[in-house]
Amino acid sequence: MSPEQAIVNRRAVLKASLLAGGGLALEMLVPFPARLARAMDGKSGAAGELSAFVTIGTDGTVTIVSKNPELGQGVKTSLPMMVADELDCDWSQVRISQADLDQKRYREQSAGGSNATPKNWLPMRQTGAAARAMLLQAAANKWKVDAHELTTSRGRILHAASGRAVGYGEVASAAAALPPPELESVQLKRPEQFTIIGRPTVGVDSARIVRGEPIFGMDTHLPGMLYAVYEVAPAHGGRLVKAHIEEAKRSPGVKHVVPIIGNGDHDAGLADGVAIVASNWWLANQARSKLNVEWDLSAAKSHSSSVYRAKADAAIAAGPSSDLRLDGDPVAKLASATKRIAARYDYPFIAHAPMEPQNCTARYAEGRFEIWAPTQQPQRGLETLSKALDIAPETVTLHLTRAGGGFGRRLMNDYMVQVAAIAKAVPGVPIQLIWSREDDIRRDYYRPGGWHSLEAGLSSKGDLIAFTDHFVTFGDGKTPARAAGYNPAMPPAGLIPHLRFSQSMMPTVVTTGALRAPGSNALCFVSQSFLDEVAIAAGTDLPRLMLTLLGERREVAAPDNGIAFDTGRARDVIEKVVQTSAWAQKPTSAGRAKGFAFYFSHRGYIAEVVEASVTGADVTVHKVWVAGDVGSQIVNPMGAENQARGAVIDGLAQALTGQAIEFVDGVVQQSNFNDFPLARIPMTPEIEIAWVRSDKPPTGLGEPVLPPVIPALTNAIFAATGTRIRSLPVRLKSA
Amino acid sequence: MGAEMAYRLNINGADRQVDVPAEMPLLWVLRNELGLVGTKFGCGKGFCGACTVHVNGAAQRSCQLPVGSIGQAKIHTIEHIGETPIGARLQQAWVQIDVMQCGYCQAGQIMSACALLGQTAQPSTAQIDSAMAGNICRCACYNRIRSAIRIAAGMEEESGRVA
Repeated sequence: MSPEQAIVNRRAVLKASLLAGGGLALEMLVPFPARLARAMDGKSGAAGELSAFVTIGTDGTVTIVSKNPELGQGVKTSLPMMVADELDCDWSQVRISQADLDQKRYREQSAGGSNATPKNWLPMRQTGAAARAMLLQAAANKWKVDAHELTTSRGRILHAASGRAVGYGEVASAAAALPPPELESVQLKRPEQFTIIGRPTVGVDSARIVRGEPIFGMDTHLPGMLYAVYEVAPAHGGRLVKAHIEEAKRSPGVKHVVPIIGNGDHDAGLADGVAIVASNWWLANQARSKLNVEWDLSAAKSHSSSVYRAKADAAIAAGPSSDLRLDGDPVAKLASATKRIAARYDYPFIAHAPMEPQNCTARYAEGRFEIWAPTQQPQRGLETLSKALDIAPETVTLHLTRAGGGFGRRLMNDYMVQVAAIAKAVPGVPIQLIWSREDDIRRDYYRPGGWHSLEAGLSSKGDLIAFTDHFVTFGDGKTPARAAGYNPAMPPAGLIPHLRFSQSMMPTVVTTGALRAPGSNALCFVSQSFLDEVAIAAGTDLPRLMLTLLGERREVAAPDNGIAFDTGRARDVIEKVVQTSAWAQKPTSAGRAKGFAFYFSHRGYIAEVVEASVTGADVTVHKVWVAGDVGSQIVNPMGAENQARGAVIDGLAQALTGQAIEFVDGVVQQSNFNDFPLARIPMTPEIEIAWVRSDKPPTGLGEPVLPPVIPALTNAIFAATGTRIRSLPVRLKSA
Repeated sequence: MGAEMAYRLNINGADRQVDVPAEMPLLWVLRNELGLVGTKFGCGKGFCGACTVHVNGAAQRSCQLPVGSIGQAKIHTIEHIGETPIGARLQQAWVQIDVMQCGYCQAGQIMSACALLGQTAQPSTAQIDSAMAGNICRCACYNRIRSAIRIAAGMEEESGRVA
């Protein structure tokens, strides 16, 4: 199987139709497996996943449906670019239309996991190329010539021999009557023929955004709409006992106060709370202080950061409760090692804090819901909603709005379930639920904290011969909490014969979830920092140690979600960043140094070097070099570079601004950007990006650039000061 | 909280009347009473700058401005800023190098940048950083925010590299 086929391996078909009013509509359908079709439809074979949908109007306007949510990752621009390039139209002819949630048509409409680019690279291009072939054939029929004599350019069909030319729009209706081509016969462009793919392209919504036009979830406005807040228990896992709401009801502007008993699932369902609905959101929020609610907070007792830390200490002292991976005999190898290196690492819970606070708008009338949601995963939201409120999914119409950032937070849909519950209690009235920033910081699905106890053994020649990591995480003892799992294929796994990964768990009432580069954002810090220690103990440096471990170019089985790890691609990005950063040249001024790290996540191979200086407790990052291999083609360099820069600064902020969420008896101690700080402009370093182009299909960029920047930074801090950072966030002592 | 009162506000060159309590922040008057949703809610505490507007030309956090304190001051928001020469240049530069990812904070960023260029026609990087430090961009498009301000100020070639 070729790498390109690896992403789309089900049989796809093209379906053409005549647009109402004239023009061609072409869609690519991937038939659902029969089992799934039955589950969704109650009958077999009725539905198909719509991979791509394009129409060409009689005026030549090309409309491409964007099915996935847009939250700043750029798919609303980059996926249509793939269609438009193969269609060979002019980008200025293209209009983008945002799809509603429609499970029967699209099956998968989500934003996460850096998945959109690899999953759509072929189907989007094939659909564009097939539409072009049909238009070409329609022109050939019209002129009674062979289609092979025709060429296309910027939305026009040309017949060089006769000098005739025709716009796509003029033959679009005729093309709609033709049978669509077999997918296998559709000719795709060679990369050197691309005119849109690979060209820096401005986001399709950018002009509206700078004018302040309504485009985000919170900008949704419906006639007669009221605004809501949803007061939940102060501690995670709290239950509502009794709500005294009379005073809040009398507050200015307040129309309704609704106590809501959830479905007992505060993690993935509807948490207990009290909704306040008012004519203005600020009035609703002000009335919260008038609520007098009795909560049962007993479940949260002792769920405190200090208790978690003590339990982690005890778990490490007691030894692991289960193995995640055991290769060879690391115990014996460690015993025989010439040199042993041991260290403990940890990192805190952190919040996502997207700029647009969680919000959602809903109307319930005559047994039907209409919902406007800024969400990364609308389908999961609909499932959660129908379960929590016991309603049929087909009674819900779900519109996808642009979201003001996601970073994984909007994979969860608690706000959607809450607003639906409120709207159901106030039928006929459109309700916009808005969380305060405090609500957002205190009720996140946090990147969970974790603790690691590592050991490595070196032979007399300085070779790494054994590696162990005991991971202490959160979970029920069998299954880790959401996004609290390990990556059993993390390097050096698969690269050395004697290795053990093991774990212990403790329960938590705190909700956890995926944050940009889930797993990797923490595990890369631990493994690449510890390997830096190992490299120094072995008398070498981390790039050289990594190249030695990687060895010859080959594929190592499944380190990342069943995707093979290519040591050659890893070598190439490491060698590239060593060169671009002039790694061998060390900064000469005192307290200034470079650090390196490499990681493979979400199909991307990324190596980074950070140059930083340390004065007392202050760390200044001067420059970051990134070398990345995300395949043969950067689809939209404008967006790709922005994703990479943003990921670098995001990682630096996680390490340097003091980000940590802490708990006392389940109560989050942070509340807003004063105590959960984000990056600000003065900390922005120069960032130099080099793309290493392999011959593999393009993959996503929302995530993989983030993980390596953290250990590259902390390794630079060690090189500059001799202080090893083994705990995040970085907290240096003043000189 | 006081009772509702009628306030006459001068917003984007037009007089608008609202009946709200004096303590209501301008942000929520703009968004929920007047339907001017370009001004964004980010933190409600003046930490993030998403709600930045101009009050007599100066950048202010509208989430911290009680409507009762505004009086006759002239308020301008992102919906209007394109009608000023500096605002138009900034919007153009912002799109030219596609500053944004999610875009949610960008209205506030442009309002702060516009006030900066109104004061300092050709700011240094340190002046840009200082004037923009109150505006958080969670997507961290900061390299491009610096560049777009320099382009709008005529200090950087429009075709120049985005750094």
